[in-house]
Amino acid sequence: MPFGNTHNNFKLNYKNEEEFPDLTKHNNHMAKVLTKEIYAKLRDKQTPTGYTLDDVIQTGVDNPGHPFIMTVGCVAGDEESYEVFKDLFDPVICDRHGGYKATDKHKTDLNFENLKGGDDLDPNYVLSSRVRTGRSIKGYALPPHNSRGERRAVEKLSVEALNSLDGEFKGKYYPLKSMTDAEQEQLIADHFLFDKPVSPLLLAAGMARDWPDARGIWHNENKTFLVWVNEEDHLRVISMQKGGNMKEVFRRFCVGLNRIEEIFKKHNHGFMWNEHLGYVLTCPSNLGTGLRGGVHVKLPKLSEHPKFEEILTRLRLQKRGTGGVDTASVGGVFDISNADRLGSSEVEQVQCVVDGVKLMVEMEKKLEKGEAIDSLIPAQNI
Amino acid sequence: VYVFNAELHRGQSTKNLRVTVYGPCTRRSFSSLLFPSNCGNIMASSFARILSSKRNVGILSLVGAGSLTVGFLLNREQHVSAGAQVRRVYPPSAEYPDLRKHNNCMASHLTPAVYAKLCDKATPNGYTLDQAIQTGVDNPGHPFIKTVGMVAGDEETYEVFADLFDPVIMERHNGYDPRKMKHPTDLDASKIRSGLFDEKYVLSSRVRTGRSIRGLSLPPACTRAERREVERVVINALGGLQGDLAGKYYSLTQMTEEEQQQLIDDHFLFDKPVSPLLTCAGMARDWPDARGIWHNNEKTFLVWVNEEDHTRVISMEKGGNMKRVFERFCRGLQEVERLIQEKGWEFMWNERLGYVLTCPSNLGTGLRAGVHITLPRLSKDPRFPKILDNLRLQKRGTGGVDTAAVGSTFDISNLDRLGQSEVQLVQTVIDGVNYLIECEKRLEKGQDIKIPAAISQFK
Repeated sequence: MPFGNTHNNFKLNYKNEEEFPDLTKHNNHMAKVLTKEIYAKLRDKQTPTGYTLDDVIQTGVDNPGHPFIMTVGCVAGDEESYEVFKDLFDPVICDRHGGYKATDKHKTDLNFENLKGGDDLDPNYVLSSRVRTGRSIKGYALPPHNSRGERRAVEKLSVEALNSLDGEFKGKYYPLKSMTDAEQEQLIADHFLFDKPVSPLLLAAGMARDWPDARGIWHNENKTFLVWVNEEDHLRVISMQKGGNMKEVFRRFCVGLNRIEEIFKKHNHGFMWNEHLGYVLTCPSNLGTGLRGGVHVKLPKLSEHPKFEEILTRLRLQKRGTGGVDTASVGGVFDISNADRLGSSEVEQVQCVVDGVKLMVEMEKKLEKGEAIDSLIPAQNI
Repeated sequence: VYVFNAELHRGQSTKNLRVTVYGPCTRRSFSSLLFPSNCGNIMASSFARILSSKRNVGILSLVGAGSLTVGFLLNREQHVSAGAQVRRVYPPSAEYPDLRKHNNCMASHLTPAVYAKLCDKATPNGYTLDQAIQTGVDNPGHPFIKTVGMVAGDEETYEVFADLFDPVIMERHNGYDPRKMKHPTDLDASKIRSGLFDEKYVLSSRVRTGRSIRGLSLPPACTRAERREVERVVINALGGLQGDLAGKYYSLTQMTEEEQQQLIDDHFLFDKPVSPLLTCAGMARDWPDARGIWHNNEKTFLVWVNEEDHTRVISMEKGGNMKRVFERFCRGLQEVERLIQEKGWEFMWNERLGYVLTCPSNLGTGLRAGVHITLPRLSKDPRFPKILDNLRLQKRGTGGVDTAAVGSTFDISNLDRLGQSEVQLVQTVIDGVNYLIECEKRLEKGQDIKIPAAISQFK
């Protein structure tokens, strides 16, 4: 939709070879999977909302690679994209999500009581705990493709749903285009404010169109539960607090999400979900749980240890800088979170984080005392 | 199968035979083609070459003198018909953009009524109003200039969305009314008077314009295949240039490190656009596929392929010989036009809008003729802006449109693009720059200067 590439019937005047993108210098999941045969098969198709293959891959064509991570290079414009273009998405999903097959089923578990422990991470090391996910509202096109009218409808429905929450979830919505200077200052100070995307990965997919129309931030009075509206997904839901009580963060996350989902269902616009892909989001990397549960943790010695990367891999964790996905760490403080999204449940993924971080803090303490940590390193992937 | 019909009655001359193509190819209307007077030579004529050089066109039959009917079969079954359906889920009022904080030409003229009238339309290519205005919605304003805020995806954009484009064109081009006025084209450089500047002040001279290839979508909307076809058509033509215009093409995807460094040193290399005005309009898609730079061996004639327009043509040299720069400019442009016509292509042009380019600000001549000039005293004089204004000149920094001046060296060029011919505009620049140099000289001698009378424009 955003650009002229979508006039599909006209494009078919040109032969497959003439339209096929030059991916010789590319290194992303889409470029690895997309052959001329797949392109030929899918190029005349479109989803019910008119999203085409060229729309799906544009961001991967425009962004050959990323310095820190292997990017996905394709996005969905609506729920049906994953079906109509499955010949491309299935292998990309398989590559990205550790061998997940087209026939596999994904388990959803938002029952916080199933989490063991997680309330005793040492606050001297674990500075803050956070769980985030995304949700898409069924019946609306996704951020790469939606029109202004659709985006506004998503905002309206979301704000209605959020404003009906009460108790620990009672809160307020701050639309980006009409917040006051004072409100903006406060949101920045709280580290809540999101800004217009600058990453070319997002811009090339058309997600920043019409900014800041129908974008906003909702948070509860305690500032522990936060929802972003119409940023990279319809909704991004975040539960967070200072310190190491991941159990409490996850409880609030699950309870809040379930409440919100009930309200959307009452309006006949539940969340996009199916038993193969779990929760359907814009980027294939966020399918399944869409969950990133993590901590900001001080690991200056462990991070210097030669086996740091290996330990993370075995624990099914990933590291980032404290600025988020595109940053490096500062002062030995890392953002450690689950690496998996699809093929394991929310509880399982947060359990990985809880157990893994606990272990790494123990390792850090041993290293501080000058002791070896080899006995603590897990022998294989958990 | 789409058939066109050109009937010629006995005794009628084939000169200026009007031929109209029906069906999805309407956008490539071949009206006002000239044919040789011998009807039997139709097959050998440029007309047949035009048809056969396009994709997948075959000529079914040709009947001899008296009447001729030629039908042609288009191989591909899928075509978009003129005015493809636009997907509409919400009423126009729900889709109308919020322009309350915007300050660009599009925002000044896109009322809810105009939006409602045009939002369901599309060009034969499928380009829509929302696509045309996206860049203006995403970019509320610019610090130095009032931006246009919309682009064309193809030649038909200017017709299908005329209710919005016409008033924007009028505002941007200082009152030129595309509904009533005609634009003059004149590339006869011999008409230029004077044009040799004092090189104590003028460091370099340059003339640039753009040209679009008729029948192919413009950079905001083109597909990869279309963009590659633009590249092929253009470099094919450029390969035919000779003498002082002979040169070489450097594709952005294939240039070597050395070539790249040389182009940077020559200040020829253009890079992927970073301006959100361009990226929001989709002009950087698929970068650097089918983009490149061509220049002649003498490095005085340069063509950019598939940057902001299909082509940008630049003639330049150090020093103050604007006359020679313009002479080479005209000669090069006319040669390139001849070479593409040999292959059955032509530039987008019409008498309402002149040369059709991506941005409405470049319609008409698309011409910017300018100099880099040092004016240490004049630039500090408070009358400088008014003098420029009256001479119908504009100043920029030496880095181009989005830059400020460094020291007292400026880029001075024509303000106008549409409504006056190339010759007229270049003459304006020559006369104006000479006046500025006179002012500077007078100030050097401690003499006073005068603000010149405002040059009358077409209005």
